[in-house]
Amino acid sequence: MHQEASIREPLILGEKSYGQITDDVMASVVGKANRSWWIAFGIAAVMAAWGIGCILYLLGTGIGTWGLNKTVGWAWDITNFVWWVGIGHAGTLISAVLLLFRQKWRMAINRSAEAMTIFAVMMAAVWPGIHMGRIWLAYFVFPLPNQFGSLWVNFNSPLLWDVFAISTYFSVSLVFWYIGLIPDFATIRDKVTKTVPKKIYSLLAFGWTGNAKAWNRFEEISLVLAGLATPLVFSVHSIVSMDFATSVIPGWHTTIFPPYFVSGAVFSGFAMVQTLLIIMRKVMNLESYITIKHIEYMNIVIIVTGSIVGVAYLTELFIAWYSGVEYEAYAFINRATGPYWWAYWSMMTCNVLSPQIFWFKKLRTNIGFTFFMSIVVNIGMWFERFVIIVTSLHRDYLPSSWTMFHPTFIDIGCFIGTIGIFFVLFLLFARFFPVLPLNELKTILKSSGEQYKNKPITEEH
Amino acid sequence: MKNDKVIYAMYDDDMTLLAGAKELVAKGVHIRDVFSPFPIHGLDPVIGIKQTRLAICAFIFGLVGLSLALSGMYYFMIVDWPMNIGGKPNDFFYQNLPAFVPISFEFTVLLAAHGMALTYFIRNWTLPGVTARNPYPETTNDRFVMEIHPSDSHISVDDLTEELKKTGTILIEER
Repeated sequence: MHQEASIREPLILGEKSYGQITDDVMASVVGKANRSWWIAFGIAAVMAAWGIGCILYLLGTGIGTWGLNKTVGWAWDITNFVWWVGIGHAGTLISAVLLLFRQKWRMAINRSAEAMTIFAVMMAAVWPGIHMGRIWLAYFVFPLPNQFGSLWVNFNSPLLWDVFAISTYFSVSLVFWYIGLIPDFATIRDKVTKTVPKKIYSLLAFGWTGNAKAWNRFEEISLVLAGLATPLVFSVHSIVSMDFATSVIPGWHTTIFPPYFVSGAVFSGFAMVQTLLIIMRKVMNLESYITIKHIEYMNIVIIVTGSIVGVAYLTELFIAWYSGVEYEAYAFINRATGPYWWAYWSMMTCNVLSPQIFWFKKLRTNIGFTFFMSIVVNIGMWFERFVIIVTSLHRDYLPSSWTMFHPTFIDIGCFIGTIGIFFVLFLLFARFFPVLPLNELKTILKSSGEQYKNKPITEEH
Repeated sequence: MKNDKVIYAMYDDDMTLLAGAKELVAKGVHIRDVFSPFPIHGLDPVIGIKQTRLAICAFIFGLVGLSLALSGMYYFMIVDWPMNIGGKPNDFFYQNLPAFVPISFEFTVLLAAHGMALTYFIRNWTLPGVTARNPYPETTNDRFVMEIHPSDSHISVDDLTEELKKTGTILIEER
């Protein structure tokens, strides 16, 4: 059996058995939802309903209902798109990259992080969809034979690369997540007693039996899908960044964008995982599985990626000056001192300065502070995308075209709506799905469980 | 097959089952299958399960994806309707190739992942609506079960039961 150094902190606290792990995770599936779940669900549902209303109004009337104008042609729509895609990076990073690096602490968080990824990518996909205006023509993004002669989509365009990148990322993440879920659905199927839930979980479990050959294939497919998903994690946000980097707009035309966007995405993704899991572990009594150590590990990832983002911001500033290109230099001076200075400095404070506080161990192991910081980072990363998009566009080459962007209530409503839909989906997931990967946690119980880790020491001495 | 009895031996620990399986196999007992709530590492070579070839299948699907993407883009962008984009060279496929790298990569991954997943579902026969065949519902929670057909290894049921009792099972059942 795999042995782990005894000085390494246990990942599963308390006296747990295989059966106990199942019971702890199934408590939410079998039991009734508590009042806090219903309150959260109610608020999220209202936000979602408002957002859907705004989106329908937008689709019926046209994107003129957003605050866009001739100069600022992209604003909150693409900001929200990039923000959501970025958030959607943590899940697959946790379940794929950390699997390849054999980081066992990922096991307690990967299921819910991956769910968050899938829902976040769905919310991201809403934005390019609705900003087309005529969403019923969205099939035009695919290279379909059509009645206009040989009119194909442009394979040289990063916008088309994005279509392929996002749809591949979404569908592969979904399959990866579901393959991991099947054995756990089977556990619930064999454990529940009521007829209707048993039928539903039987359907979801795809007839999983858990025989030796199936597990052999399961481990192989997990490893290979992790190997395939790892470059995918890095490619998706690189390609999103190319939407900007391959253009010739000062402030966008930057070769540093791909790595800078990827680290920003991981940074914001982990912040969102913290926001969700700190609440979930408390409400669902999962403190033995999602421990302070897990939160600390995630905060360390936040320091690392936040610092990469900080270095990228400063490099960008330096190069804007060093290149000697006056348009480029103006774009950056304007960001820091122009009419959008407040957005720029909010971004700098939230993303560059604030994560450095996590160097203090007391603070990065403090749950309340971590929760607060996760919100700060999410706000900061939203401002990053807003700054990149709007401040680069609003000063056109001709001063006569200079404008500002003012969001309308439809802009705000659509954004709030995607947050609402996201939380509705996540709350349903937390209520009805196994939120911890049972089959994976059971494999590390003996090597990383608290009561097993302490045993050899007492026996040997 | 006539009179093919099946013996199920249940364990409450994966390591006990693994040790027991090693002993039984050493005595010439063939273990037909093992049902467990999670993969038991080191069990497959003991009971004679070969490493799956799913990874090879993913590689082949990936190659199919790569060639489909490249030939598709060659047809759309070079043969059927070459586009003049800022005067960039696109007379030949290789000139335009750098711009085709992202989609070639994405499509390779798309087909490799989904092709592999589909093969996995079909080979395991885990599909919507399939009924599970695990002999005890506890095997998806915290019990580990061996399935032995005495006829496989020419051993009498009584002898087998004796051998199984020595390995620390918590339940032996004949079906």
